Amino acid sequence: MDQPAQRRRRYAAVAATDRAFLFAVYAAVGLFVLLVALLFASLVHGSWPSLREFGARFLWTSQWNPVTNQFGALPLIFGTLVSSLIAIVLAGIVGVLAAAFLAEFAPGWLARPLSFIIELLAAVPSVVFGLWGLFVLAPAVRSSIGPFLQKTLGFLPIFAGPIYGVGLFTAGLVLALMILPTVTAISREVIAAIARDQREASMALGATKWETVASVVLPAARVGIFGAIVLGLGRALGETIATTMVIGNRPEIAASLFAPSYTLASLIANEFTEANGRIYVSALLELGLLLFLVSFVVNGFARLMLYTVLRRG
Amino acid sequence: MRARHIRSFIGTALTAFCASLGAVALLLIFAYVLLQGFRALNPAFVTQLPVPVGESGGGVANGIVGSAITVALAIVIAMPIGLLSGLFLALFGRGWFPSVVRFLSDVLSGIPSIAIGLFAYILFVAPFRHFSALSASFAFAMLMLPVILRTSEDAVRSVPREIREGALALGMSEYATTMRIVVPAARSAIITGLLLSIARVTGETAPLIFTAFGTPFWELNPSNPMAQLPLQIFTYAISAYQSWHQQAWAGALLLICAVFVLNVFARLVLSPMAKR
Amino acid sequence: MIALEAPLRVKALSAYYGARRAIADVGMDFAKCSITALMGPSGCGKTTLLRCLNRIHEILPGARVEGEVLLDGENVYESGMSVIELRRRIGMVFQRPNPFPTLSILGNVLSGIPPGAPRRERFAAAEKALRSAALWDEVKDKLQKSSMALSLGQQQRLCIARALAVNPEVLLMDEPTGSLDPISTLSIEELMKVLAKRYTLAVVTHNMQQAARVSDYAAFMLAGEDGVGRLVEMDETSRIFTNPSDRRTEDYITGRFG
Repeated sequence: MDQPAQRRRRYAAVAATDRAFLFAVYAAVGLFVLLVALLFASLVHGSWPSLREFGARFLWTSQWNPVTNQFGALPLIFGTLVSSLIAIVLAGIVGVLAAAFLAEFAPGWLARPLSFIIELLAAVPSVVFGLWGLFVLAPAVRSSIGPFLQKTLGFLPIFAGPIYGVGLFTAGLVLALMILPTVTAISREVIAAIARDQREASMALGATKWETVASVVLPAARVGIFGAIVLGLGRALGETIATTMVIGNRPEIAASLFAPSYTLASLIANEFTEANGRIYVSALLELGLLLFLVSFVVNGFARLMLYTVLRRG
Repeated sequence: MRARHIRSFIGTALTAFCASLGAVALLLIFAYVLLQGFRALNPAFVTQLPVPVGESGGGVANGIVGSAITVALAIVIAMPIGLLSGLFLALFGRGWFPSVVRFLSDVLSGIPSIAIGLFAYILFVAPFRHFSALSASFAFAMLMLPVILRTSEDAVRSVPREIREGALALGMSEYATTMRIVVPAARSAIITGLLLSIARVTGETAPLIFTAFGTPFWELNPSNPMAQLPLQIFTYAISAYQSWHQQAWAGALLLICAVFVLNVFARLVLSPMAKR
Repeated sequence: MIALEAPLRVKALSAYYGARRAIADVGMDFAKCSITALMGPSGCGKTTLLRCLNRIHEILPGARVEGEVLLDGENVYESGMSVIELRRRIGMVFQRPNPFPTLSILGNVLSGIPPGAPRRERFAAAEKALRSAALWDEVKDKLQKSSMALSLGQQQRLCIARALAVNPEVLLMDEPTGSLDPISTLSIEELMKVLAKRYTLAVVTHNMQQAARVSDYAAFMLAGEDGVGRLVEMDETSRIFTNPSDRRTEDYITGRFG
């Protein structure tokens, strides 16, 4: 057997390894936090010229003109918000009801594969959604869905005007499909987490399962469901490629949902590599900063709500 | 009483209808991609370089290889940081700082990929005035980090405390305990997370536009612009040429299959192993 | 009562979980090459006391210790001795068998032996440990198989072999038969008696029959009104079970305790 002195030297070497290991662990976490901070800082730094030049005007003027170096993001903000709003209304209703079915009504042999398929929908790359939206959904909107809505609801200005196929409405539909899995999966988790006794008390009072779900379970889960919907909203706001392919890419504000529009993310995707001039690039980076800030706030808000329900974090 | 039951039945049926909508949408999209993609898919498509507009034939071989290289480099960047940060949260997960890290990670997973692409551009493209696959890998790594981090934390946390204590009680070092005993015990769940994070970035297109940029040629050097399959699909799709549209569908078929295989393997094969 | 030779001594030991005090002012000796049983109702701090001896208590967040634990006269909480050295000299066996799931049977036994030693030497040590744990004959043909394929009782003996392979002086056992069937329990108890010829054993048990069957010395602990565990008394096992000096011990032994 080795000598005590020799042994103690080995223990000291082991202790040194442990210190190096702990250092690596702390360094990794530090690097992670640093990267997130740097992400924010570099966007602010990059958009500084534009921030100084335009100030708050950037947010509420409508001209986006690289030739005259005038940049206002209002039409983009409008397009982003409206397309996301359409998506969140559709995906919110469908997603929450689907979640109720998966968590409450469906037997296990049906709920599991169905949940899996819906999760697979989330895995479809956005460029594939865009391709499908452009070549399948947009023609369908132009030839049948749009005309039908116009015939029945045409008296509303939002369904008036020419139908191009691509536009806010089509983008909203594609986005709705893309965020449906997020809303469904998280709502389902929230509904499943709602205490069993609450629902059993209601069933004991003679309510049907549907009545229990509609009047007890869903209201009790409302904070978490709201969080799930806001999380979906965050995803819709920042979606780029699919939107770019189906929204029409025209920075205008129109009353009709069938009109082409533009979003913050789409404009960055289309113009960034061709942008020349300091102010132009900076204005594009400011769009990115805007997207970052909005999605940070929206996602942060949603997560904080979900933490209280799902007890994570 | 009867009215109540009819109403309940209709309500339940409505939820079932909504649940089936998502599944139907997926099947519709997948079926359409399969149908269109198969027509343009041939050996040349996966083995040859793109050809100029007007000529027929050609493929996306450089994009497939380029995407593989870019994703592989992203794994190399993201895995150590993500796994070690996940270990940090699992081992020292109390107090305000770990909570902040978790929050940042969850929020980062919701930051649009295009904003992260801009970040990669500012950090690695603008200073060198040169697009590169490496900058795309960095953007991908940022997108993968939150997934790897949180799944690693959960995986390590789910290893019974007695396992870790057993190793420490033997006089094993913190390092050996963690890396030789605890992490291997959690490996199925960690690999599941890694695969899901790979699936997430494999289909990403937006950040590639101004990082990897794309090229019609063979390029294997990650410090140069490199062809990327999703980018090729995007470019072909928004072009005005029928033949390129067909190529876009074929590319989409490859991409969707790759992502589905990763997901199915991670969720149906590895994940149940992790739960055992 | 002071044992003639005690490699392990505890003096004025208190342990905390955050602000909560779990045990207070425990002082006792663990006699060489004998079995000392720690008894008491659940929540009396006997496991916490055991976990302070190899400093595994302190890995829990917020856990801390006051007082002294002396191993061969050296305070293990003073900086001179590294935790790793301490834990190699004081082995531990847990209530639930905890073989490392990704390692083979042999891998488990080897896991505590420093990788520097020659292969042949390491293997010889592993065989010796498996023989000492009375497991060799059952596993010698499947050393490369997963440890999870063994029965619970075999897994527990594997964990004992794993602890013995490091060549400790003291072996701590935290309810080593707590999750085993009666036959496995019997074989572990037999093994403990054999091990006590060479090792100093400290065994936590809430099974009084077990304490009476296997131990040489017994300590009785009890949590007071304040929820803090204290040592009530310690003596030779035969005395504790026939003629305890404290009323509370007698109540517990005779089952009058709630």
